Amino acid sequence: MSTSAIFLVLAAFLASAVEMVEALTIVLAVGVTRGWRSTLIGVGVATIALAAVVAALGPALVLIPIAWLRLVVGALLLIFGLQWLRKAIMRASGYKALHDEEATYREELEAAREAGTVVRAGMDWYSFTLSFKGVFLEGLEVAFIVLTFGSAFTEKGATQATSKGIILATVGAVAALVIVGGVGLAVHAPLSKVPENTMKFAVGVMLTTFGIFWGVEGARGAGRAKDVNVDWPGREGAILAILAFIILISFGLVALLKQQHARTVAATPAVRGAGD
Amino acid sequence: MKYIVGFFQFWYDFIVGDDWTIAAGVVIALALTALLARTNVAAWWLLPVAVALGLTASLWRVAWKK
Repeated sequence: MSTSAIFLVLAAFLASAVEMVEALTIVLAVGVTRGWRSTLIGVGVATIALAAVVAALGPALVLIPIAWLRLVVGALLLIFGLQWLRKAIMRASGYKALHDEEATYREELEAAREAGTVVRAGMDWYSFTLSFKGVFLEGLEVAFIVLTFGSAFTEKGATQATSKGIILATVGAVAALVIVGGVGLAVHAPLSKVPENTMKFAVGVMLTTFGIFWGVEGARGAGRAKDVNVDWPGREGAILAILAFIILISFGLVALLKQQHARTVAATPAVRGAGD
Repeated sequence: MKYIVGFFQFWYDFIVGDDWTIAAGVVIALALTALLARTNVAAWWLLPVAVALGLTASLWRVAWKK
């Protein structure tokens, strides 16, 4: 298995696991308070809708010439990856609250208890809508990553995308679904022990790394398809160098922002004191 | 009309997110990389540098505001 194939499966697995942990929290809260039938129907319909999105867009993506696809996918992955990374750095340095599944679970439980019951055609539509929205919206992010990540992956020298990348990314996503779903089913509680923030940091780093790699390949190859793959020093090995660079920058920013945050916190009581 | 606005708002939030300057910076950096690639000058370094600068600037604005 090549470096990019391993990263592809790993990134799809981590991103999917994070989103599935969040979806599981919503589904559990709704199911526990309002019953499982309508909740699970919502999960099922959302899963079918997501599968339809992947089935419709996947084959269409592999028809686009690889250089143009990599340019667009590189840009999207980079924008998407930088969003994840930016939030992860803000969380790690204290500028954003850490994601807390226990707190989210409690809030969802409370909201589900307080909501009135609307039963039509034997369905509790509150449960259905909430679980459908939770699974579909969290899953859409996974579908987006699987499709973009997977479609830009090709064997050396290929000028057209193949379905191999999408299959590899899907393997990572399905593995996450089995593990997160299985553990959630077994413990019947939100998976608060999962190092969600660390995983989000890792996904941000990976998406940014691949976004840079494919973005450059695409920008170079879109104009001159023959030169695809020749620009990066060390070719595919450059992925590891980009990864190291992004990790270094990220940790550097966390350290810098932590210092800045500590200075702001230390200065706040002094300002209050001066005003009193 | 409300649904159309909602639809575009969803995709804007989903793809562009909290800081539009990151998305704009990525598009500009990719365009410059494509231009540089046509001049026979190595173009691979531009995007990582742009990412590092863009991310730093975006986060610095957050830290500065607080």
